[in-house]
Amino acid sequence: MATFKDFRNSVKPNWCPGCGDFSVQAAIQRAAASIGLEPEGLAVVSGIGCSGRISGYINSYGFHGIHGRSLPIAQGVKMANKDLTVIASGGDGDGFAIGMGHTIHAIRRNINITYIVMDNQIYGLTKGQTSPRSATGFKTKSTPEGSIEQAISPMEMALTAGATFVAQSFSTDLKDLTALIEQGIQHEGFSLINVFSPCVTYNKINTYDWFKENLTKLKDVEGYDSSNREQAMQTLMKHDGLVTGLIYQDTQRKSYQDLLSGYSDKPLSEADLKLDQAYFDKLVEEFM
Amino acid sequence: MVKQLSWKVGGQQGEGIESTGEIFSIALNRLGYYLYGYRHFSSRIKGGHTNNKIRVSTTQTRSVSDDLDILVAFDQETIDVNYKELHEKGIIIADSKFDPKKPEDTNALMFSVPFTQLATDLGTSLMKNMVAVGATCAVLNLDIQVFEEVVQEIFGRKGQAVVDKNMEAIKAGYDFTKEQLNTDTGLMELDQADGKKRMFMIGNDAIALGALAAGSRFMAAYPITPASEIMEYLIKKLPELGGTVIQTEDEIAAATMAIGANYAGVRAFTASAGPGLSLKMESIGLSGMTETPLVVIDTQRGGPSTGLPTKQEQSDLMAMIYGTHGEIPKIVMAPSTVQEAFYDTAEAFNLAEEYQCPVILLSDLQLSLGKQTVEPLEFDKVEIRRGKLQSDLPEIENKEYFKRYELTNDGISPRVIPGMKHGIHHVTGVEHDESGKPSESAANRNSQMDKRFRKIENIKFDMPVYKNAPHEEADLLLVGFNSTRGAIEEAMERIEADGIKVNHAHIRLIHPFPTDDLLPLVQSAKKVVVVENNATGQLANIIKMNVGFANKIVKYNKYDGNPFLPHEIHTKCKELF
Repeated sequence: MATFKDFRNSVKPNWCPGCGDFSVQAAIQRAAASIGLEPEGLAVVSGIGCSGRISGYINSYGFHGIHGRSLPIAQGVKMANKDLTVIASGGDGDGFAIGMGHTIHAIRRNINITYIVMDNQIYGLTKGQTSPRSATGFKTKSTPEGSIEQAISPMEMALTAGATFVAQSFSTDLKDLTALIEQGIQHEGFSLINVFSPCVTYNKINTYDWFKENLTKLKDVEGYDSSNREQAMQTLMKHDGLVTGLIYQDTQRKSYQDLLSGYSDKPLSEADLKLDQAYFDKLVEEFM
Repeated sequence: MVKQLSWKVGGQQGEGIESTGEIFSIALNRLGYYLYGYRHFSSRIKGGHTNNKIRVSTTQTRSVSDDLDILVAFDQETIDVNYKELHEKGIIIADSKFDPKKPEDTNALMFSVPFTQLATDLGTSLMKNMVAVGATCAVLNLDIQVFEEVVQEIFGRKGQAVVDKNMEAIKAGYDFTKEQLNTDTGLMELDQADGKKRMFMIGNDAIALGALAAGSRFMAAYPITPASEIMEYLIKKLPELGGTVIQTEDEIAAATMAIGANYAGVRAFTASAGPGLSLKMESIGLSGMTETPLVVIDTQRGGPSTGLPTKQEQSDLMAMIYGTHGEIPKIVMAPSTVQEAFYDTAEAFNLAEEYQCPVILLSDLQLSLGKQTVEPLEFDKVEIRRGKLQSDLPEIENKEYFKRYELTNDGISPRVIPGMKHGIHHVTGVEHDESGKPSESAANRNSQMDKRFRKIENIKFDMPVYKNAPHEEADLLLVGFNSTRGAIEEAMERIEADGIKVNHAHIRLIHPFPTDDLLPLVQSAKKVVVVENNATGQLANIIKMNVGFANKIVKYNKYDGNPFLPHEIHTKCKELF
């Protein structure tokens, strides 16, 4: 059985020292090993941005695509081979700006993949512009007088879009994060995990200390029930979205592939490509 | 007796014009006639003039006819818009309901038949289409029993009473018109057909069928005219084979989802038209850079922007060859008949896997939506070739990545799919080394770029140019691509009859351009006329760029949204001599 070391490769990440993404990478590797995956059975698909590089830093099949499109690529992979474990990943710009359309639709579609967003509230790779997660008033190179736009609330958004698994974590909480990723992978449907992953170079507001001060762990909220969507929404609103832990899970709704009529039990990638002559003749007959 | 007939039915969109044409043509197809139907429609659901022009012939035709024998009109607009197409002895059959008026400047005969009234008398005005079919039968002296089978198939689900009523409506139209005609033979009679059963389908049907025959089991697509029929057909069929179609949130998701599925080993594809292709360009570049097979269908329509969304055009050529930023190897193919659309779509999947690059299959609205009789498709001609897709892999030492982008003589590297043991590698749109790891080194850049382009240097493609070249030395070479083939073929016969020696070349592989194949025909012709449905002469420019002989090349362009008619090409060529 593979250990987390088997999910390491020899590539040295090009992230800045202290970047939150290192912990996310470690959490994925640990979670994969802990639930018994083998490297060749895991496909990590990522977008563009600092965090998008993550698919190259894990010893598994990895696909580093184009900006904002990790989700459709990942869904295509999963549709082709339902036996693979598929993780999509990227930053908040990738998932909530250029790729927001895909995020909402991947949530509603509910294909059985896990989406991990490394949320640093800023554009790092392009050297410090505002992100849809930047707070109002946040000063960056592209908002020198402070952002006048409202920040997106991804967790509330996910709930309204019909998500079946919504979780949030903080990159320093390696143990909790690893556990959430395990749960997300094991969830039968689309799982969204937003991870606060501080950018130590460009974001001087939302720092490690800032998060430590402002985050509330859901396990500390008395009587919190992650199967209660209404309570999840109220709690998020009360804490301005700054909570960590499993926010909501619907274990009843079936995944897209489970609901799909006629969908093969065997991975499509193993299908015999040649049609049966009799079947082809039947198709032809229908046009006569 | 006539060997061919041109019949058109017109009215307001949403009035059942399509089903009238459909019933008429299916029945005649079953009698063994060759049909060619072309719909004129607007980008709206109800209202607006629509018509369906159907050519019936005892031999294969692939073009809209120059003129019209019979016009069936459900409103005055249909008469006013279309009567000029009628030839000297043309016939108008119109619904008495709108008190039809025949324009003064036509010799056509007009019969006013109470389509709506007769249908209403039988129970519902919805059956006015059937009355019109019956009226047509009277004019053609066609036995209405030939419609029984089709009516049974269409309405059988609703019960025998509905079937009977519809047959009665056909008979009512027939009887009423027969009485008016006052003849036993009708006004024109078609030669007997050979009675052979053949397929009757649109190009999009053939594309979808080609994808199935090639083993495609997944399609991701976004609805758009004139491509939607492909996804609509496959969503009915793919579940029978364990696969599916996903209607995505947008065109980019469609392309990237298809890339993801191909990466994971499934023959997946997407189909769209110009606006969708514009949105897919970055994804097509990703397919090229990551060497992930991808088949994209582009059913061209009038552009730019929303353009003429329901009209014929062939103006995406340059965009399909050069549309992506940066430079990637790419294959662009252009079938010219429905049969070719079937075989070429199947072949597109082979090429995508063999050359590990995007393959764009161009169609155009006329080919995609024109409904025609098709000679039998031979399933055993469809090969499945997967190129350098690996199965069992040896163990790699020291946990090194598999060399997915290994530098090889032919540029094509071994391909593995996720799930395979010892095949782990990285895939990225960033320039990368042999194992897929990002690399910005100049030497690596050169070797990987060269490797990618080496792949299609010697591409094997069956019949890159369709040639009908009876003359060693020709006065004229006619060149086209996609659906213009039928109109060019008919024009060619007439030009020959004028004493001009004419050859015909239809380009089936647009990129990489088959220069060596076309060159001799261009060399041996005095003039080259490139016939294309666009304003700037894109194919002509590509020929000039690749083959040369710019001084011989004459552009013949039509971009008003309508297909070429044979007589237009004939007239244009006559003017040149």
